[in-house]
Amino acid sequence: MTPLAAFLIVAALVFAIGLAISLTRRNAILVLIGIELMLNAANLNLIAFWRFGPHPEALTGMMFAIFSIAVAAAEAAVGLGLAIAYHRSKKTTDLDAMTRMKG
Amino acid sequence: MIFGLSLVFILTSILTVAGALAAALLRNLVHCALSLTVTFAGLALLYLQLDAQFAGFAQILIYIGAVAILVVFAILLTRGSGIPEHRSFSSSWLAGLVISAGVFSLLSWAVIESIPASAARATPQLTVQKIGQALMSSYVLPLEIVAVLLTVALIGAVIVAMPESSKGGAK
Repeated sequence: MTPLAAFLIVAALVFAIGLAISLTRRNAILVLIGIELMLNAANLNLIAFWRFGPHPEALTGMMFAIFSIAVAAAEAAVGLGLAIAYHRSKKTTDLDAMTRMKG
Repeated sequence: MIFGLSLVFILTSILTVAGALAAALLRNLVHCALSLTVTFAGLALLYLQLDAQFAGFAQILIYIGAVAILVVFAILLTRGSGIPEHRSFSSSWLAGLVISAGVFSLLSWAVIESIPASAARATPQLTVQKIGQALMSSYVLPLEIVAVLLTVALIGAVIVAMPESSKGGAK
């Protein structure tokens, strides 16, 4: 197994676990955690392709990963803010009980 | 060397995947957040093994330093009145498990089938100075856009999470 394939398989495993978390857990914050894991797996793919690609000195994959990290941080802030706001009005973060988001 | 992989890589990937699995399976939400931190640390170690020092340390600073703390705060703020949840998995957990297993098998099949055996290239001579120069020259427009996006997202998060009464307005 080449190192690139090994990194990609680890990333696929992390992505699948993140997907499983967001599809099976009932807590909204855990679903956000699953989305973060999926974004991290994508970042690992980007950096692995950058490292083993033909032009690692071109910096493109690295830059993509850095900007992706920044966007993921913004997404986490907004998502957790939404979860806190929902909990303030409805006193739950259970996704099976979240049927409407209007005030 | 096992299967042509270094022992450090195998240990780091086992740590990463075990943290993610613990986040998926544990019932206590705070334990989930802590194992998520382990996963982030493992991913940072993987970045460091890929000679991406800047991304590795940015991962440690942003994910372990900021996102994990934010997740712990959100869990503690939204925790109910001490009543533990009876069921922590949704009613359609079997379908979700099947879908994610299918996605993983598809991805790993594609990886194993399509990657040719390529030798690792020489370590790229990449310093933080080069990254900074690239950020300030050819990537300056994305950098500014990300700065605006982060500002807007953080202000928006504060406004969304603000109590209803302090927002003002005719209500």
